[in-house]
Amino acid sequence: MQTYVKTALTVVIIALLAIFPFISSNFALTLLTEILIFSIFALSLNILVGYTGLVSLGHAAFFGLGAYTVGIVAKNISPNLFVTLLLALVISFLFAIIIGYICTRVSGFYFLMITLAFSQMIYAIVHQWFDLTGGTNGLSGIPKPSLFGDVALQSSTSIYYLIVLIFLLVYFGLKPFVRSPFGQTLIGIKENEARMQAAGYNTYLYKTLSFIIAGTLGGLAGCLYTYFNGFVSPGDVYWTMSAQGLIMVLIGGAGTLIGPVLGAAFIVILETVVSSYTKLWMMFIGIIFIIFVIFIPQGIAGLRSKRA
Amino acid sequence: MNHTSQSKEVALSIEGLAKQFGGLSILSDVSFQVKAGERRAIIGPNGAGKTTLFNMIAGDLEPTSGRIYFFGEEITHLPNFRRVRKGIVRTFQKNNLIAELSVLENLLLVLQRRHGLANIWYRPRSPKHFGPLFERAEQLLYTWNLMEQKDTLVKHLSYGEQRQVEILLGIATEPKLLLLDEPTAGMSQAETNYITQMLKKLPATLTLLIIEHDMEVVFDLADHIMVLHNGGILAEGSPEAIRQNQEVYEVYFGREGEEVVASE
Repeated sequence: MQTYVKTALTVVIIALLAIFPFISSNFALTLLTEILIFSIFALSLNILVGYTGLVSLGHAAFFGLGAYTVGIVAKNISPNLFVTLLLALVISFLFAIIIGYICTRVSGFYFLMITLAFSQMIYAIVHQWFDLTGGTNGLSGIPKPSLFGDVALQSSTSIYYLIVLIFLLVYFGLKPFVRSPFGQTLIGIKENEARMQAAGYNTYLYKTLSFIIAGTLGGLAGCLYTYFNGFVSPGDVYWTMSAQGLIMVLIGGAGTLIGPVLGAAFIVILETVVSSYTKLWMMFIGIIFIIFVIFIPQGIAGLRSKRA
Repeated sequence: MNHTSQSKEVALSIEGLAKQFGGLSILSDVSFQVKAGERRAIIGPNGAGKTTLFNMIAGDLEPTSGRIYFFGEEITHLPNFRRVRKGIVRTFQKNNLIAELSVLENLLLVLQRRHGLANIWYRPRSPKHFGPLFERAEQLLYTWNLMEQKDTLVKHLSYGEQRQVEILLGIATEPKLLLLDEPTAGMSQAETNYITQMLKKLPATLTLLIIEHDMEVVFDLADHIMVLHNGGILAEGSPEAIRQNQEVYEVYFGREGEEVVASE
């Protein structure tokens, strides 16, 4: 019964996502697109935080790498969807290998600090390399992704469908992944790394692999953000972006798949609604975050499973 | 001496092993050899350096000096998990389990690595996809009388049961050399008897090093006893020889032995 209900719910949600552009306002479509992009970002960070127990404060580095790669490639080489997407993934993947290899040597507080340091280094490079990145101004007028020939994804609806497709691929790809022997190994490392080593696991390798997967998917989110915005700013690489991702994961529920999606939706909607009334919206997010950390440490997803 | 040891190869060879923490010497110039298939107990008062010795054999602690060989190959600086893959597996004095996971899940994590399945990332670890893995796990749980606790979270088990899982995880790794650090500590008499019987059933090819305070368990299991005292080997020999050794009697049975007996 339980599985039937779940399957039915999944089908309904996918159907709603499919017809959404026809039943919604432009504003709602923009909001949902943004939620889906940040869901991918939070899902990727959650692989590290929720499944491997590595709290990173540098995940914006990958978001930014993906976003800037698309911007730079689209403006200078080709706006082709497959070229920009592939290069964004390759660049984030390569950086994740190097940064992940170094960062996973340490753990806990030191991991948090070293990931922060790496992401701020990348921020500094983006900020200073004016010719390539536009410095403080960022990159604007980035052409929309094109398919084969001259067909481009000009409308926000076509971009939306691209992002829905990629979101579903990521979400339903991660589902078997987290339950697989590999995913369970990551959970084992989060819970008790010494036990996993005593069982013969090279935990450094698994932590590095987890970092690489998270970084590459983080880059994917950044890449989609540029498709969506047509604009990249250094703020996308700044540490506050990492913190935002972390807040989404923790408010939504770390170590679950639906959690980061709910967290992303919650924060994006809250930000949009509250910031239209007051400039102090960051303060509201701060207060809500504190309430969650103290009273609902399991996040929104944890509330649901407690009732069940 | 083990009567068959003449013909058997050396499983573990320790040469001049020493460990110092700052100026404090925990273990100094310890050398010994363990033949394959031997059951050796390491006894000695608290602070003698027994667990420190285990930590160095297992690769959890870097020795200050000395060398460790496993079946002729030097492993002194090999990381712990690589030693596990070579067949050196330890259990911990203090339970080292994943408290938030069930007994079965703890066991599956050990077995999936042992059977080379840990890198599969694209399908859920369910009985449907990993039949033989689950069968092996249930077989072990059945043998170890833990079938009823299969789905219980480790944190909800009694201390004795957790201890049992700790030993089971070591054995599930199918080691060549098993290091048991006070396996029966904190167990009831019945649990201790059960574990002793289970350990006796381990394959004859397995080499066993066991740190134990319970002398009944020691004399029941061991075919060779080594006494550590003040970071060095005080005596080594057959259980009979150790029992009759006056020096051992004084430092160990004389004082600590009484305490151990009294505490039971």
